[in-house]
Amino acid sequence: MSQAIERARTYLKPHKKLPTVWCGGCGLGVVMSSLTRVMSAMGLDKNKTATISGIGCTGRLPTYIDTNTLHTTHGRALGFATGVKLANPELTVITAMGDGDSVAIGGNHFIHACRRNIDITAIVVNNQIYGMTGGQYSPTTPHGKRGTTAPYGNVEYEFDIVSLATGAGATFVARTSVYHVRELDKLLERAIRHRGFSVVEVVSNCYTSYGRLNKFSGPVDMFKWMKESAVTVKQAGEMSPEELEGKFIRGIHVEREQPEFIEVYDKLAEELAADSSAVNQKRRATIESYQRLGNRLKARIE
Amino acid sequence: MSGNNERSIWVMQGNEACSVGAVAAGVNFFAGYPITPSSEIAEFMARHLPLIGGRFIQMEDEIASIAAIIGASLAGARSMTATSGPGFSLMQENLGLACLAEIPCVIVNVQRAGPSTGLPTQPAQGDVMQTRWGTHGDHAIIALAPATVLECIELTACCVSLSEQFRTPVVLLMDEVIGHMRESVEIPAPGSYRVHSRPLPRDGQEDYQPFCGAHGDVPPMASFGGPHRFHVTGLTHDERGFPTMVPEEVDKKIRWIVDKIELKADDLAMNEETMTDDCEVLLFSYGSSARVAKASVRTLRERGVKAGLLRVKTIWPFSGKRLRELAPQLRSIIVPEMNLGQLVTEVERAVAGVVPVRHFGRIDGHLFEPDQITDFVLEEIAS
Amino acid sequence: MTKSSGRFEIRLSGSGGQGLMLAGKLLAEAASVYGGKNTVQTQSYGPEARGGKSKTDIVISTEDIDYPKATSVDVLLAMTQVSADEYRHALKEDGLFVVDSYLVDNPGRDSAIGIPFTLLAIEQCGRALFANVVALGAIVELSKVVEWDSLEKTVLSRVPSGTEEANKKALAVGREAARRAMGKVS
Repeated sequence: MSQAIERARTYLKPHKKLPTVWCGGCGLGVVMSSLTRVMSAMGLDKNKTATISGIGCTGRLPTYIDTNTLHTTHGRALGFATGVKLANPELTVITAMGDGDSVAIGGNHFIHACRRNIDITAIVVNNQIYGMTGGQYSPTTPHGKRGTTAPYGNVEYEFDIVSLATGAGATFVARTSVYHVRELDKLLERAIRHRGFSVVEVVSNCYTSYGRLNKFSGPVDMFKWMKESAVTVKQAGEMSPEELEGKFIRGIHVEREQPEFIEVYDKLAEELAADSSAVNQKRRATIESYQRLGNRLKARIE
Repeated sequence: MSGNNERSIWVMQGNEACSVGAVAAGVNFFAGYPITPSSEIAEFMARHLPLIGGRFIQMEDEIASIAAIIGASLAGARSMTATSGPGFSLMQENLGLACLAEIPCVIVNVQRAGPSTGLPTQPAQGDVMQTRWGTHGDHAIIALAPATVLECIELTACCVSLSEQFRTPVVLLMDEVIGHMRESVEIPAPGSYRVHSRPLPRDGQEDYQPFCGAHGDVPPMASFGGPHRFHVTGLTHDERGFPTMVPEEVDKKIRWIVDKIELKADDLAMNEETMTDDCEVLLFSYGSSARVAKASVRTLRERGVKAGLLRVKTIWPFSGKRLRELAPQLRSIIVPEMNLGQLVTEVERAVAGVVPVRHFGRIDGHLFEPDQITDFVLEEIAS
Repeated sequence: MTKSSGRFEIRLSGSGGQGLMLAGKLLAEAASVYGGKNTVQTQSYGPEARGGKSKTDIVISTEDIDYPKATSVDVLLAMTQVSADEYRHALKEDGLFVVDSYLVDNPGRDSAIGIPFTLLAIEQCGRALFANVVALGAIVELSKVVEWDSLEKTVLSRVPSGTEEANKKALAVGREAARRAMGKVS
């Protein structure tokens, strides 16, 4: 066990001094340790992996991970990840986003990434609040709960991220929480191995900005809430809507095969390359003549 | 486009020519979102990139488009997007990330009349200052403006080269007239354009520092997937790429991204001059407006006015060097632009009151007519 | 404006869907690719893909072309009444004004040459969509702005394969009609 922990630790950046920016009791530490364990267990090549995030507490996660890491603008992790993956499909691309990052400001990118099915893993850490900016309500803050911008209770209704991802066409959709650590390890590995766009919603806790406003006694109390509120997909299948009120359903919700974007694109390109029709040959000759206009200077190598 | 292959004379649209320039310069990744009057560039890239081993993707908006080209560049691609005013506005935040994180990429803005949706199919030059200052915070930008279809090829290739050389986003500032007009061009010979590649780290370099040049050199840039993994962030960062709030390090970083471009302003200046040797009235313009100004200069000369034209191809960084050199011989400088006064402020700054500078703007969605500029100049001289 | 002596301006106008943009492209290519002259073609863009006003200007010159649009038109083709009304004022005093007499009742200038392009296309080429190529044949015959041979080569290289003969015929129909019209005028 301790060897496994040591191995997982090698996926943390050596230069980056811990502790993290996260508060004591925050579930993000659980997510990060789970991710490094999975990376280590899978033996991911650090140089061939890119961990990409947006803004917020979750956005800081890649800073500590010893792969190629990219900390982008708020909501845009998936746009950047799309470019990284398309430019170098060899890379394992993992994005980490919070709830505000992924389904508020980045909501449009999120649904389109689900639809396109590019081989990227999206970890959505859902702590139901904007933690870094001080507790403003997010699109996943439950109706009636408090935030600093919902001082009398949230007027809006929350997103169900799993339903959103499913409806938008993601080919792997799962949910668990930072309490269910073994399941988290299992789901992250399964998601990374999945060929296509995968979403893992990780229900997490923010005691500092959410718990204190909503009558939790401390971080442990929030873990207790996760333990008590989670039901498995199987259990949920036997429960009435009334019984499911206030619960979240953990486990794999969607796992299906669909040709991956780059595979389809490259297959088309191969077919074009083999197309010997006069029109295609002429088009190819023309574009190749344009390529030759440029004389590429060699990169400066000292 | 079509043409005669043996003689290499083609009649080509500006937007097509821009795409040709991109391909010539090795662009192999394009992400974009449809918007008039730039969509022909995306269409060209969608058609041709799969033929040459590149990839095209149509993103869900312009924010995602620029995000994707920055990501692709980090993974080693030469990447480009194309848009117009509304889309360019949406790109500003990520443009800033590319400036700060020193990531090469090319953004083509085929300007149309604004603000807001404005006139989607009509020209303007109203994005000059947005190009310079659109993203928040201190930074520098390189922006080039073509005035002919041939220059759409040349300057796009030049944008790619400069973005690689300086590790910075570069904007090709076209306008609707140039983007949509078709013009005869003689396609240059193979190898005509020298395109720089980004500086790379040495193999096996242990202490790789991806950011902030140590000796005034643009720092080497590794690619995601290569032997040097590294961290990239939009937070202000140190040489390794890690966030810093140390005042000296923050100051150094911001000065570096500005100085690496602004201190090269005179070297980067590309101009075309028409009859400036003995001119007393200087027209200063760029893009499609400069074509009209050139016609006007010829007319003014026929009427005995010693007029000349300084057309800038490099909009940013702005170089005032040539203006200052010409200033002693000038009675006035007239700046026709399709806006209410943007680049004219830089002209005023450059000559610092030595010569009177007058702006002449047109903002009704139409290109100037030569008589308009000629008449304006004649009135100015008379007064 | 004083023009460079070698500058020649053509405006093709009508409504969207009449194929005028393509006709403009063909003319520009004939002049440059085969004729060795400088050309600039611009067009008016509206939101309509079909219907609505449509206009393209082609400037042909032996010298550099600075101002890209037409200001003082040497040849004006109007394929609708609306376009005839709107653009005839841009035509030079001694310019060549050609209208589709099938669609334009009142050209508004006595010197206008009326040829029923759309009718000729329907009757002699089988389809109205050849009207643009018929018109192209006519205005090139009337203005000699490009060599006939250049025009024919351009058209044949640009039209979809299988339609070469039909387009060649459309050009010839236009040329014949132009010759007949000239005969009437003189």
